[in-house]
Amino acid sequence: MTRVAILRYPGTWSERDFQHALSLVEGIATEIVWHAECDLRGFDAAIVPGGFSYGDYLRAGAIAKLSPGTKELRRFADEGGAVLGSCNGFQILCEAGLLPGALVRNASLEYRCDWIHVRIESDRTPFTTGLRRQVLRMPIGHGEGRWVADPDTLAAVEAAGQVVFRYTDAAGAATADANPNGALANIAGVSNRAGNVVGLMPHPERCAEALLGGTDGYRIIANLAKAPHGTAAAVYR
Amino acid sequence: MPRFVARVLIRPKAEIRDPQGEAISGALRSLGHEIADVRTGKEILVSFDAADERAARDEAARMGDELLANPVIESYAVEVEAVRTEAHA
Repeated sequence: MTRVAILRYPGTWSERDFQHALSLVEGIATEIVWHAECDLRGFDAAIVPGGFSYGDYLRAGAIAKLSPGTKELRRFADEGGAVLGSCNGFQILCEAGLLPGALVRNASLEYRCDWIHVRIESDRTPFTTGLRRQVLRMPIGHGEGRWVADPDTLAAVEAAGQVVFRYTDAAGAATADANPNGALANIAGVSNRAGNVVGLMPHPERCAEALLGGTDGYRIIANLAKAPHGTAAAVYR
Repeated sequence: MPRFVARVLIRPKAEIRDPQGEAISGALRSLGHEIADVRTGKEILVSFDAADERAARDEAARMGDELLANPVIESYAVEVEAVRTEAHA
């Protein structure tokens, strides 16, 4: 059984969607964990869901990065635990320095709520095993999802294979039209150098069953059932 | 200790596209203003007590580094001013 913690900050709103989506995967047990009482010992993976943590005040994710939950998340990630941040969770992981770059206002200035396509660029993460070069269809809903970094960071991230998701059209071509927010190099999601921490703007938890119009998100979260166990947790068991 | 107000001015870095500034540029041009460029930022005023102006400036810079600005996308500048309050009069 893979034990997955789902973090909840004040203003998080996708934690129950993630819990429901993960309940569809055999071999995964979940627990929603309040950020102030966050203890990730004994868990194999942690999810940082979307929402508007701390009202997005100052910058999206800027205040959540100071929470005790984020401190515990950093320890967990340093020890190799699998961490996935979606939408506001991605913003928090970038603000906390667990992932490179930053997420700023969409180039269009509009909140974008839509179905988009992403191509999986790397399978060296616990969430994308076996999915390299696959094109997935997932929903987005964000006003600040434009991934940016300085030219050196972008080059380093590309060279190290840390780009995990890239916005493309349905055929897998990374065109300007397929980029919903103006992100540099059509980047929709990145990992840390080790590959155990991943962030993306789309919402895999909102497309994990046919009733919701798509099942490609299931292919990402179902990977957790196969993730190597006891990475972080082994230290404490 | 005297009271200071630190004015922290935060700007997107030059290489970061500023769509808010672009939208404001368009609006100003529609009013007939011949402008070259608009960049937006934000101003944060923080009041606190410090031993002297230098200590206040250092404290405000730490606030900028730790939280107020994100060095990936923003730069910031600090101006510090002593204020008279009733308690300190």
